[in-house]
Amino acid sequence: MQEEGHAVCLPEDIDTDVVIAGRYLRTKDRSIWESHVFEDLDPGIAPRLKGAVIVAGKNFGCGSSREQAAIAIREAGVVAVIAPSFARIFFRNAINIGLPLIEADITCNESSTVKFNLAQGWVELSGKRHKFRPLSPRMQEILAAGGLVEYWRKHR
Amino acid sequence: MSTLSERILNAPAGEYVDRKVDRAYAHDGTGVLALEAWKCMGASRLANATEFSIMFDHIAPANNTTTATLQRELREFATGSFMNFSDIGCGICHQLMSEGVVLPGEIVIGADSHSVTLGAFGAFATGVGATDMAAIWLTGETWLRVPESIGIHLEGRFTGASEAKDLALAFVGELGMDGATYQALEFVGEGAKDLSIDERLVLANLSVEAGAKAGLFYADDVTIRYLRERGHTVKPQLPEQCAYIKDLEFDLSDIVPLVAVPHRVDTVKPVDDLAGLPLNQVFVGTCTNGRYSDLARFARIVKGNKVAVRTIVVPASAAVLTQAIRTGVLADIVEAGCTLGTPGCGPCLGYHMGVLGEEEVCLSTANRNFKNRMGVGGEIYLSSVATAAASALEGEITAPEVV
Repeated sequence: MQEEGHAVCLPEDIDTDVVIAGRYLRTKDRSIWESHVFEDLDPGIAPRLKGAVIVAGKNFGCGSSREQAAIAIREAGVVAVIAPSFARIFFRNAINIGLPLIEADITCNESSTVKFNLAQGWVELSGKRHKFRPLSPRMQEILAAGGLVEYWRKHR
Repeated sequence: MSTLSERILNAPAGEYVDRKVDRAYAHDGTGVLALEAWKCMGASRLANATEFSIMFDHIAPANNTTTATLQRELREFATGSFMNFSDIGCGICHQLMSEGVVLPGEIVIGADSHSVTLGAFGAFATGVGATDMAAIWLTGETWLRVPESIGIHLEGRFTGASEAKDLALAFVGELGMDGATYQALEFVGEGAKDLSIDERLVLANLSVEAGAKAGLFYADDVTIRYLRERGHTVKPQLPEQCAYIKDLEFDLSDIVPLVAVPHRVDTVKPVDDLAGLPLNQVFVGTCTNGRYSDLARFARIVKGNKVAVRTIVVPASAAVLTQAIRTGVLADIVEAGCTLGTPGCGPCLGYHMGVLGEEEVCLSTANRNFKNRMGVGGEIYLSSVATAAASALEGEITAPEVV
């Protein structure tokens, strides 16, 4: 299935403390995570994330295992995150909560349209198509189910 | 010939495997979300054959009604489902698992990034998020990609005031924050054999700051002795000739006291370069440097003097605290003008206590100095215990002397 969104460019080594700060974790209220996402990086970013594809530098999501980081990004309306590499716990968390990740090294143009196809393994930005290695079959299954909770509701 | 990760996971690097988890644990930070995922999965019974634990260490004790209510729910779940439950004040989850619980060869999964700490025992220990933990509660299994390994070859012994933390900062500095992403570190060589379990725990703990999936030591005489004192008989793990995808070599006698400067753990400088930097707070503790040997070393340096800056000391566990009380280490620390926190993570993650004010500077023995982590506008420098002690006495970053 082809999907698309507008590009929001972020730097490399984004840590999960910056995605959602510890001071907002003392709750189960997801709207709090959504409204404070990336606050310490750019306090005005949240409204721009609706329907966005984040195109970031390497090592996205490093640091703390907090799953709220992936949830906050998804709740803010982000369609997918593209980066040359992801920290491994963030990678699992994102797939587990149904946020698509794409491992690809592409040059970001703010606000331009990014198209991608997860199953076919390509992403298109500013008229240039890049190939990427698709996720493992298990991860694609989890993502297709909408996350690991839904996956286990089906397979239990 | 195989790496230790390949041996424990019983498959070659690069392969995806489903493996039974020997021990799985979560804390009050990740456990709340894991419980929510567990309920949404419609699950009711825990998997057999895996030992499950929940420890309250992140916000311990609870700071407000919201936290207390979330903790009440998780506490009821843990005790009601017969998990091992450690309430506030018992200590940091990784520390509790290191006090005679985790054994060589086990697969240990913690819902916390610093679960890699337990690799010190020759276990394959790694961190996951909340939903992965809920799935492990349900199935007792998880999927893993068998990592390639980087060899960290150690020789010699520490000299002067250098300690394991300085070596840890050195390898994170050399590898970079993502230098080992998806990979495991193996600490090998004659220099590794001389390290105590406490020192191994420090090195394994910092593995994840280079992005590593695990950081492993081979179980040897030191491991066997440590676990025997805690009631376990284990066998050594003998290293095989194996191919590392990368090799780093360190002579411990070359390691000098280091400091990681804001806001990256891999931006590391000799403490001498930062000498004189004024501090507002010193923090000694965490799953990196809150053990009894750390508190004892800190006490040796500050004993008989007064700290010149507010200094918070948080023992990693109740066992550490008890030992520090019995030996008089705690009295030395308090008489030097330091204050104490409940055994647990303390101010490290900026959730509930010991946070920094705007433009305040903290020297911490923890493992992360990310922007705003300990409070908005605060700056965190990371160092060894000896550097923290010398700096606390001066109120500014100070190179430690040999004690």
